[in-house]
Amino acid sequence: MTIALIDYGSGNLRSAAKAVERVVRELGRSDTVAVTADPDMVARADRVVLPGVGAFADCRAGIDALDGMMEALTEAVITRAQPFLGICVGMQLMATTGFEFGETPGFGWIPGSVKALDPADKTLKIPHMGWNELFWVGYREHPVLKDLANGQHAYFVHSYQFVPETAEHLLAVTDYGGPVTAAVGRDNLVGTQFHPEKSQAVGLKLIENFLNWKP
Amino acid sequence: MLKARVIPCLDVNAGRVVKGVNFVDLVDAGDPVEQAQLYDAAGADELCFLDITASHENRDTIFDVVARTAEHCFMPLTVGGGVRTTEDIRKLLLAGADKVSINTAAVHNPDFVREASEKFGAQCIVVAVDAKRVDAVTREPSPDGTRFEIFTHGGRKATGIECISWAEKMAEFGAGEILLTSMDRDGTKNGFDLALTRAVADAVPVPVIASGGVGNLDHLVDGITEGHASAVLAASIFHFGTYSIQQAKAHMLAAGAPVRMDETAA
Repeated sequence: MTIALIDYGSGNLRSAAKAVERVVRELGRSDTVAVTADPDMVARADRVVLPGVGAFADCRAGIDALDGMMEALTEAVITRAQPFLGICVGMQLMATTGFEFGETPGFGWIPGSVKALDPADKTLKIPHMGWNELFWVGYREHPVLKDLANGQHAYFVHSYQFVPETAEHLLAVTDYGGPVTAAVGRDNLVGTQFHPEKSQAVGLKLIENFLNWKP
Repeated sequence: MLKARVIPCLDVNAGRVVKGVNFVDLVDAGDPVEQAQLYDAAGADELCFLDITASHENRDTIFDVVARTAEHCFMPLTVGGGVRTTEDIRKLLLAGADKVSINTAAVHNPDFVREASEKFGAQCIVVAVDAKRVDAVTREPSPDGTRFEIFTHGGRKATGIECISWAEKMAEFGAGEILLTSMDRDGTKNGFDLALTRAVADAVPVPVIASGGVGNLDHLVDGITEGHASAVLAASIFHFGTYSIQQAKAHMLAAGAPVRMDETAA
């Protein structure tokens, strides 16, 4: 199996790749973990991970700057329905529209928009940075969040959140002056606002769940 | 709810861990990667490397330390010390750092913070603020002074810049976090300068990490509950085994400072 991590010039790909490699090794599997900017490789991949740090518009521009990458992503994830994991801004990009530094179209895979965090309690710091708990929405256990969204802590760092239009696409929330989206998904797509590659054992467990996921 | 973070800091000189008392009399105490793994396993919430390498030829050792740490530790890593250009930041992030801390370069050129934040995102730009009490009238350093000013070069060089407004300016310029060190308290084990910590934490919209002076576990609690910091950073109390991370967290939890206790998945 080939797991493609898309390299589009955003942030810290190394930690995401190392975390996936570690889980592959611990599971005793022989999967290829490819950090790649090659659309052909992404189009053929068996699993796709889209990490992302920084601003929504920058990340979108980074994908668009790679000739053929959006088409390759669509081929792998939508047409061939291979499992997809978006992390942080990589998750937010699945939305219809992002509102960070102007209005930017997302991939439109999960209807919704990405808006600034606006906690009612104005003493709360922005970015929302640090370890916070994961909770299920509506008691539906998603396989990728198995054993995790019951109050386990994950590492967050963000100022914007994905607000899905459809309640059933919201998988898990955290609490920061009210519910904040922690994970979204539908069909073969899943995304986390938190950073599994920075969430120690909890994050490695999520990656393991993703590698074992058969949507 | 969001938890207060406990961040052990390792001072790294030419690829080796050291910890100074008031930044002098350094004692060699081991391999940073080994230490990082111990802290990771112990449930530290983040890790900080402060590169204090002075000589130019040894500067690249930090990239190797960061890269080797990122192989083994799946926790947030901040690296500071000698960060002067966007190229320095890019190299540290590529090596595996999640955040970089900018200190002197921000004082010399505040626009560098803006540039770095626009290029890499506020989430990975920490501005280190080293503050010292000065007499409100004479502006001379004084432990009883009521004015806080920014000092560089390990607390030796005055800048005359007032600390609270400086921290506000740095947040406005795009710092995602402020690492606040009391140069009066650093290495003393007398606890954080709580008045300083609280003044800065209440003034800026971004998280503040309290640093400088931790000598016991009550000091960690005070930094959160009295200082209003989002995170507490300490070096020697953890590094020399005086207290473990778990002891620190259990103490903080019992004293009303919420921390993360589950370091393993179900």
